[in-house]
Amino acid sequence: MNNGTLDKAKKGSPVTILSLPEGEIKVRLIRLGISEGDTVFCLERLPGGTIIIQKNRQEIAIGFDLANKIKVILQ
Amino acid sequence: MRSDKIFNADNDNQLTFEQAQAIIDKKKSLVLVGNPNVGKSLFFNFLSGMYVDVSNFPGTTVSISKANYKKYDLYDTPGIYGVSSFNEEEEVARDIILSGDIIINVVNSLHLERDLFLTLQLIDMGKKIAVLLNFSDEVTKRKIKINDEKLSEMLGVPVIKTSAADEIGFDRLDEAIENAKIGNQKLELQFLIQQVMDKGVSQPESLLILEGDEIVAKRNNVPCGTPDEREKIYITRRNLVNEIVDTVEHEDSKKGEFFNLLGKLSLNPKTGIPVLAIILTIVYFFIGDVISQRVVDYTENTLGINTFEYYTKSFVSEYTATSIDVEILDDEDNVINQKSFSFPEGIKALPLSGKEFKDFSSQPGATSTFHFENKIVRLFFGEFGVVTMTITYLLFLLMPLVIGFYFVMALLEDSGYLPRLATMLDRSLNKIGLNGKAVIPIMLGFGCVTMANITTRILGSNREKTIVTAILQFAIPCSAQLSVIAVLLTGAGIGPMAIYATVIFTVLIGLSTLLDKLIPGESSPLLIDLPVMQVPKLKNVLKKTIFRTSGFMKEAGVWFFVGALAVGFLEITGILYVFQDVLAPLTTKWLLLPKEAANAFVMGMVRRDFGAAGLFSMTLSTMQITVAIITITLFVPCIASFVVMLKERGWKEGLTIWFGTWFTAFLVGGIVAQIII
Repeated sequence: MNNGTLDKAKKGSPVTILSLPEGEIKVRLIRLGISEGDTVFCLERLPGGTIIIQKNRQEIAIGFDLANKIKVILQ
Repeated sequence: MRSDKIFNADNDNQLTFEQAQAIIDKKKSLVLVGNPNVGKSLFFNFLSGMYVDVSNFPGTTVSISKANYKKYDLYDTPGIYGVSSFNEEEEVARDIILSGDIIINVVNSLHLERDLFLTLQLIDMGKKIAVLLNFSDEVTKRKIKINDEKLSEMLGVPVIKTSAADEIGFDRLDEAIENAKIGNQKLELQFLIQQVMDKGVSQPESLLILEGDEIVAKRNNVPCGTPDEREKIYITRRNLVNEIVDTVEHEDSKKGEFFNLLGKLSLNPKTGIPVLAIILTIVYFFIGDVISQRVVDYTENTLGINTFEYYTKSFVSEYTATSIDVEILDDEDNVINQKSFSFPEGIKALPLSGKEFKDFSSQPGATSTFHFENKIVRLFFGEFGVVTMTITYLLFLLMPLVIGFYFVMALLEDSGYLPRLATMLDRSLNKIGLNGKAVIPIMLGFGCVTMANITTRILGSNREKTIVTAILQFAIPCSAQLSVIAVLLTGAGIGPMAIYATVIFTVLIGLSTLLDKLIPGESSPLLIDLPVMQVPKLKNVLKKTIFRTSGFMKEAGVWFFVGALAVGFLEITGILYVFQDVLAPLTTKWLLLPKEAANAFVMGMVRRDFGAAGLFSMTLSTMQITVAIITITLFVPCIASFVVMLKERGWKEGLTIWFGTWFTAFLVGGIVAQIII
């Protein structure tokens, strides 16, 4: 277990979200069901760092630029 | 307005009988609201019956469907994740919700955590609500149990389980509508809302103002909530949603085992690229071969030129001086017979040779070229006639292509592949300052740049809109132009093809990298919800296609006429030929092309394929052809794109891009010419 950013998440592993970037993007993330303290599952990691996470039954694609601003606990 | 207000109105401003009647007659409005992909449109189709009024919401491209359902006006709204003003669709949905009397909130039972966020926001707005838990059959299939009674109790509004695809639960829709209620609201939030309401603002608007909606705050002339306040409200709401879901939902199998094979394959780095390749091949075959070759060949030549234009021009010829050349072509386009007719006072004056012309020109393989003496007649019915050419172009060439592209788009959209395509390409597009979503307008640009210019509205920031608009005008050849280029390049061979593709691609990358560096700010990162992949419903796909095509025609159609009028005017006044002379030194010395090639450029301003088609009639070496089509591809967009671009991006930006294409086209074309010719 160590701290890092979401873009470093390994495929198939869970990550716990520590902090989200401020502003409108945070609001959009919260609406989609991703908030600080949540544990999500890294479903896929595309070359370059686009991350696809799964939370319950929902799949969300997060671009590299956003993923590397989301602080997480990597497992 | 509610009818009870009328009767409470005090005597000083009593309503007239007519006014009161008008208000009582005003039906209550019923608004369907939900996240994207929750099956809202299926409910709308079911409730609306036959008569649906689809229109653009004033000042936007967002489509709004309105219909009658019993004593209600029924409205559909765009899919949204929350009520606010992050984009045009949200603004439209927000305003319809604000004016609605009863809200039917359609929820995807499989994604309660995501969808109930909107539900709670609607409840906080103090609207009368009924919740439909859609996809209830899928929930059962996946061994998930949702306690709808408990959910109804926690929310304080009626909740019914439905499955729109099989019309399950539809018999209870009326019950839900009649029982729609204002739900349970948190006391703390109510206290905050009351403070805004004390300034004379309605409850729904007060909530939006607290949540930092600047547009609504401005409308009511009250200060807007801070981002901190909004975040606090959002986090509280998010926690409440999670709490509700934990209470009402039970899953027998382990969470996170939701399996969607095709969805997974399309995003796996190893299988995703083959999937992409297969889909693009099918799309290419459908658009490039079926639509733009077979269908357009029939519509443009048979319906357009040989039927519509022939009869229109023949009719006009009855009354005006004209000479007509008729050629009979065999299957290989060889001229096997030809005749010229002259009618100095119109066909009507010479019935005998008129009949001869009609007989001769109605043989199979006949093409008639009409030369009208009168300039005004020529302006409207001649070769580039405002009436004849534009209608053929718009209805018989462009419309089949636009329908084809919108159809493919709707298919990709409804199948759930489009967001996955955007995800796959995200990282590559990041390099040129865009995110994966930009693939949509760029793809549409290969169909029609004008249509793509309108679609840039889906992009997240002005910065991205500018970059994509510039790419579209500079480096994306539209299908009309592409088909002519393809013929010229196939004739020229592999070498020129490679040069062409390399140069255009280099300009595309160079331009977008430059703009990415020059334009301040940052592009919005990709954040999209990936819906489950499924077989699209043909009815919905067709509906979208029809709506978008008619929207495009309404929005852009008139500009094609204006463009034709402009070039017609240039032609009859002789200004067209002045252009040729002005451009001559540039054409002959720098691009190393014959002087007449300038004609192709000038015509290209009106219709991009004209520019390219003009090259057919010239004797050019292979390398000259390469230079000419590079220059024409990079050169200005057609006049309809130009006008739509000005409307979308404003005068300053639009003109900068337009003149930029002049400069780049001649600069790059010239450099290539100096090297290869």
